[in-house]
Amino acid sequence: MLAMDYRGPKRVRAVQKPMPEIKHPQDAIVRVLRTCICGSDLHLYNGNVPDTRVGTTFGHEFVGEVVEIGSEVTKLKTGDRVLVPFNIACGECHFCRQGMYGNCHESNTEATAVGAIFGYSHTAGGYDGGQAEYARVPYANVGPTIIPEGMDLDDAVLLTDVVPTGYQAAEMAGIQTGDTVVVFGAGPVGIMAARCAWLFGAGRVIIIDKEEYRLDFARNYSYCEAYNFEEIGDPVVFIKKITDWIGADCVIDAVGAEAAGNAMQTITGRKLLLQAGSATAVHWAINSVKKGGVVSIVGVYGPTDNLIPIGNVLNKGLTIRANQASVKRLLPRLIQHVQNGTLNPKGLITHRIPLAEVADGYRMFSAKLDNCIKPVLIP
Amino acid sequence: MENNVINTPIDPKQIPGWGVDADPKNDPTYPMRYPRMNVGQDPDSKHRPASLQHDDTEKLRSIERPNVSAVYGTTVPPSGLSGMIRRVAFRYSENRYRHWLPLVFADRVNVVEGILDDFAHGKVPNIYAEKGYPVEWKHNRTSLIIKLATVAAVAAGTVVLLSSGGSENKKEKRRPQRPY
Ligand SMILES: NC(=O)c1ccc[n+]([C@@H]2O[C@H](COP(=O)([O-])OP(=O)(O)OC[C@H]3O[C@@H](n4cnc5c(N)ncnc54)[C@H](O)[C@@H]3O)[C@@H](O)[C@H]2O)c1
Ligand SMILES: [Zn+2]
Ligand SMILES: [Zn+2]
Repeated sequence: MLAMDYRGPKRVRAVQKPMPEIKHPQDAIVRVLRTCICGSDLHLYNGNVPDTRVGTTFGHEFVGEVVEIGSEVTKLKTGDRVLVPFNIACGECHFCRQGMYGNCHESNTEATAVGAIFGYSHTAGGYDGGQAEYARVPYANVGPTIIPEGMDLDDAVLLTDVVPTGYQAAEMAGIQTGDTVVVFGAGPVGIMAARCAWLFGAGRVIIIDKEEYRLDFARNYSYCEAYNFEEIGDPVVFIKKITDWIGADCVIDAVGAEAAGNAMQTITGRKLLLQAGSATAVHWAINSVKKGGVVSIVGVYGPTDNLIPIGNVLNKGLTIRANQASVKRLLPRLIQHVQNGTLNPKGLITHRIPLAEVADGYRMFSAKLDNCIKPVLIP
Repeated sequence: MENNVINTPIDPKQIPGWGVDADPKNDPTYPMRYPRMNVGQDPDSKHRPASLQHDDTEKLRSIERPNVSAVYGTTVPPSGLSGMIRRVAFRYSENRYRHWLPLVFADRVNVVEGILDDFAHGKVPNIYAEKGYPVEWKHNRTSLIIKLATVAAVAAGTVVLLSSGGSENKKEKRRPQRPY
């Protein structure tokens, strides 16, 4: 089968690989119909996630058709079309039973701090991902969800990650009616977080990025104010100024380890790998939220350390909430939002790329070429 | 500032779905929320799936857990020099740099192994295509030319430097691992 193949930092290709096999009685094999490239894949692509082995297939956002099931799979049958949450979760462990499907304890042998994610290095369990014609899907009774009748595959594939992550970012921000919410990052996740902040009753939503085309997109798609951090001077002072010098009630970091905007962070975090990525966005978030406010982090950082102003967290009395999205937990509500037209995930997709051209897809998304917001690969 | 002009204020109540999920009790929220429980409240805190995956793929296990998880990934087991480094890294917990830094180093060694492996299979990797430069050429030509010219200049400089004396050898060994 054709599959994406990681060769080293910023080097990927599509090659023939052996078909995946059932390894556990709760496994299913899925023929992939749509699969996306995500901002999270860029951390791998740039070589910043420890234990990313050459020869791995990436891809944690995919939908497809079940072609084979293990002996204990009861909730799916061959021919079913499923959307597959990006987390691999057993549904039975101490954490899964608390709805923490992004923190399952029975799917990743190699790291206890990280849940298991398809195609996301050995630090996230060593699974091959969905940027391939076929994928092995463990715990098929738990994660994979049958795509409702009439739902577009493009909407479905974004329900595997982007929509739940954006929604959970807003949820974890603890938004109360009328709150001012600032979102750092106008990638697919930040745009969705800004859109979802309104669902929780935000009174004002502001998004910050440096890509003008993404800011334009966010203004229309997320009905929010959008500002370019390269044009507003110090973004923290700017946010104070536009919030009557109080600070935002809630701030969301939807940037993560590839953040730009601060040379020291970029050099130590992204070039020298002395930090687990550049912590510029979370730094700005802590400093621009009001005293007693909430910082919600969905931007992904690596497993070592980051330079952040923890003293300000203390002195300002902040609450920080962060997690990988618990996709399965949120799906019932989010499917409703898509079905009744409140959310329009497929509106984020700007590019459709054949899997064979995966290297171009990564470059396009990573270098933000051709006004790319969200690329989908078609196997 | 042009930006501010475009940012006309909006009445939130006109936005589709405004406030539909508003919940005054949403603070504290996920994950510190019902059904939160500690180990004592959990009737079966050690519960695991009944069937465990069994195969002889080499798995490296975090020493912060007592067992292999009920399912695990089987892609690219450790091998070669990078595999040896990874095995050593896994003697230390996730709490230690001795765990993570060798893993990052092993990843770089692995890149060289990957290139050698390609050659061993009679394949010359098309690095220009793997880096997606064709699409950069199409949409961002000037910056690509500058980038490639810089790489060429640095490479030429290194060759000149090396051919003028042998003492810089260490640096040269590291170069292929950071191809950008
Ligand atoms: N927690 C989760 O479950 C989860 C799931 C999916 C993605 N993510 C993470 O969310 C983040 C965003 O994902 P994405 O797909 O939108 O990625 P993306 O790379 O498309 O978007 C990131 C955006 O941030 C902008 N940016 C860079 N530095 C900035 C700064 N200092 N301030 C403001 N904006 C800045 C970039 O220009 C870019 O537009 C990534 O870190 C990704 O790993 C987390
Ligand atoms: Zn993703
Ligand atoms: Zn679990």
